[in-house]
Amino acid sequence: MRIEEEQKEGWDEEKEAERMHCEKLEKESMQLGKALAVIWSEIHCLHDDIDSIMDLIRNQRNLEGYVGFANLPNQVYRKSVKRGFEFTLMVVGESGLGKSTLINSLFLTDLYSKDYPGPSQRIKKTVQVEQSKVLIKEGGVQLTLTIVDTPGFGDAVDNSNCWQPVINYIDSKCEDFLNAESRVNRRQMPDNRVHCCLYFIAPSGHGLKPLDIEFMKRLHDKVNVIPLIAKADTLTPEECQLFKKQIMKEIQEHKIKIYEFPDTEEDEDSKLIRKIKERMPLAVVGSNVVVEVNGRKVRGRQYPWGVAEVENGEHCDFTVLRNMLIRTHMQDLKDVTNNVHYENYRSKKLAAVTCNGVDASKSKGQLTKSPLAQMEEERREHVMKMKKMETEMEQVFEMKVKEKKQKLKDSEAELERRHEQMKRNLEAQYKELEEKRRQFEEEKANWEMQQRILEQQKLDASKTMEKNKKKGKIF
Amino acid sequence: MSEIVPPEVRPKPAVPAKPQGSSGGGSTLLGYVGIDTIIEQMRKKTMKTGFDFNVMVVGQSGLGKSTLVNTLFKSQVSRRSSGWSRDEKIPRTVEIKSVSHVIEEGGVKMKLTVIDTPGFGDQINNENCWEPISKYINEQYEKFLKEEVNIARKKRIPDTRVHCCLYFISPTGHSLRQLDIEFMKHLGRAVNIIPVIAKADTLTPEEKTEFKQRVRKELEVCGAEFYPQKEFDEDMEDKSDNDKIRETMPFAVVGSDKEYQVNGKRVLGRKTAWGIVEVENPNHCEFSLLRDFLIRSHLQDLKEVTHNIHYETYRAKRLNDNGGLHPISSSSDTQESNL
Repeated sequence: MRIEEEQKEGWDEEKEAERMHCEKLEKESMQLGKALAVIWSEIHCLHDDIDSIMDLIRNQRNLEGYVGFANLPNQVYRKSVKRGFEFTLMVVGESGLGKSTLINSLFLTDLYSKDYPGPSQRIKKTVQVEQSKVLIKEGGVQLTLTIVDTPGFGDAVDNSNCWQPVINYIDSKCEDFLNAESRVNRRQMPDNRVHCCLYFIAPSGHGLKPLDIEFMKRLHDKVNVIPLIAKADTLTPEECQLFKKQIMKEIQEHKIKIYEFPDTEEDEDSKLIRKIKERMPLAVVGSNVVVEVNGRKVRGRQYPWGVAEVENGEHCDFTVLRNMLIRTHMQDLKDVTNNVHYENYRSKKLAAVTCNGVDASKSKGQLTKSPLAQMEEERREHVMKMKKMETEMEQVFEMKVKEKKQKLKDSEAELERRHEQMKRNLEAQYKELEEKRRQFEEEKANWEMQQRILEQQKLDASKTMEKNKKKGKIF
Repeated sequence: MSEIVPPEVRPKPAVPAKPQGSSGGGSTLLGYVGIDTIIEQMRKKTMKTGFDFNVMVVGQSGLGKSTLVNTLFKSQVSRRSSGWSRDEKIPRTVEIKSVSHVIEEGGVKMKLTVIDTPGFGDQINNENCWEPISKYINEQYEKFLKEEVNIARKKRIPDTRVHCCLYFISPTGHSLRQLDIEFMKHLGRAVNIIPVIAKADTLTPEEKTEFKQRVRKELEVCGAEFYPQKEFDEDMEDKSDNDKIRETMPFAVVGSDKEYQVNGKRVLGRKTAWGIVEVENPNHCEFSLLRDFLIRSHLQDLKEVTHNIHYETYRAKRLNDNGGLHPISSSSDTQESNL
């Protein structure tokens, strides 16, 4: 019995333990369940998130029509390629500095060839401005390149004002563009403005000539001026460095604003730009003749002592110029021309137009008005002026009429007076005449009386005579 | 000093003695008299008295005039303009600056005067920029004339007349500039002009020959004579020599005073990234031709032409103009004619 009791106790204990164990397990399972539930809920949340993200992604990559503004540059690119680009480049410098050769080398075409000799072959007495257009195609991109040449610049003995034709040309192109912009129908707006002016400096090794300084001072706010050292194979590397330093010093001294390369944020570009800036002004050599150097075919100039290679960065800065001008900064040059130089020209021109009809003292406050209001005002002013002139003229007219009347009156009075006088004279004469006639009459009467008396006497005498005779005879 | 050289005898090398066959009618010599030692006597005399030589350099700034003169006379006779500090601005009018040095070689002393003309052709308006130069040249002739005409003459009249004018042409490769033609027309009659193409290392050999031809043609067309003038050739020998020289003029020169090592030799030259231009190499440039022509063969001739022809022209004009001699210079009063 004891054993059974013990066993039972044991079983009871075991049961207890088991029950406790079960309880524990239950608790744990409940906890686990809770944890699981939490986890499940989290998973559900994550699922939602993932779903939403997937939706977003699906919306972006929706093959039927995504928003796609990332494609804009391509559109611009395609449109421009279809339209083609325009670029106008002006070259200025004394003759014989290699301008034509450089142009040929830059664009790898023979703009000036033996059949069509460039301005350098023709000697000019006065400065002319000539332009030649060339259509160049490369990789589907079309470029209408206009080269403006200035033969005769700086060649005469007296070069004062040799820059004037150049300035006139640039201004006329800006004016054309201004007119085209102001027209009602603006469908076609060809951009012929000069985008860049390459100024060639003779490689004297000393510094800028007075002509160079004058020219650049006058043109730096009308066009992008890029100074170049021409025929740089004349200078040894040390001379070239000294020369460049000297030129930059003089340019800063005279406050000439040459074309500045815009700073960019990207590191690699800014390094490049800094390198270009250090090398300004660029020393260039031009050639389109291919010579062989160490088995390579390069463009260069063959001398008895060696070959000056055009595309070798150590020989000259031609590659820098070409890259800068064509490959990286062509668009920037056009932008600066449009935004800075052209706007300068435009504001100056329009301000001058409005200043013409208005007093100089008043004009300062009126520069900000729009041109239409300006024209209204002008018209009003004009009308007022006309009215004033009219009243003035009327006044003058009246005054003149009065004067004339006065004069007429005076002469009338004068005439009257004279008339009176003459009448009086006449009367006086008449009276005199009357007087005389009376006298005459009196005398006549007297005389007649006397005559009668005489007659009487005569009669008497004759009577008496007769009587006497009769008497006498009697005797 | 103008040498009092009897015009018939010129110290030419190897003048064959022609005892017979001369139309003047010389008699045959029966033995050796020793007349030909006169050459030796003259040589000794000139070595003692020394030479004067005045050269003028004209050209735009930056054409390498000073460098070339230094290279020609192998010494620093001319102010190096590239050593200018830029504070010396380009002068507003053409100035005349002359620097004299005495150099000696082989016992012969030479008083070399280099006359520089800074400011020539540098202005924007270069009308009449040759006038100060012309005035200077005439002043030197005037000075000499006054000395000559004096009653009590000095034994050696100091000769400051310009014997030679080196005119520097810019190597454009196309043609002469208007200024160049004007200068040569106006001064070709008063002084010996030797045109040189400056900085000739700009031109490749083909460009060089083309340019020279064009320059020569242009000068012919406008009637500007450069030394050696055709009209002053005295005999066939002269003519053929000078013709050869005239064919190669104007000389295309390069000047330098720096030395470099080439093939183990030290040569004067300019070092560029693609090679060394040797100044004295006739394949590279014509500097050695110019130097030989100017110094080694025609130095005396230059002086003679200046004395016998240009100076005489000036003198005749002056004497004819005034019918007597009145000094032009404003500083002194008019003197009575000393003739």
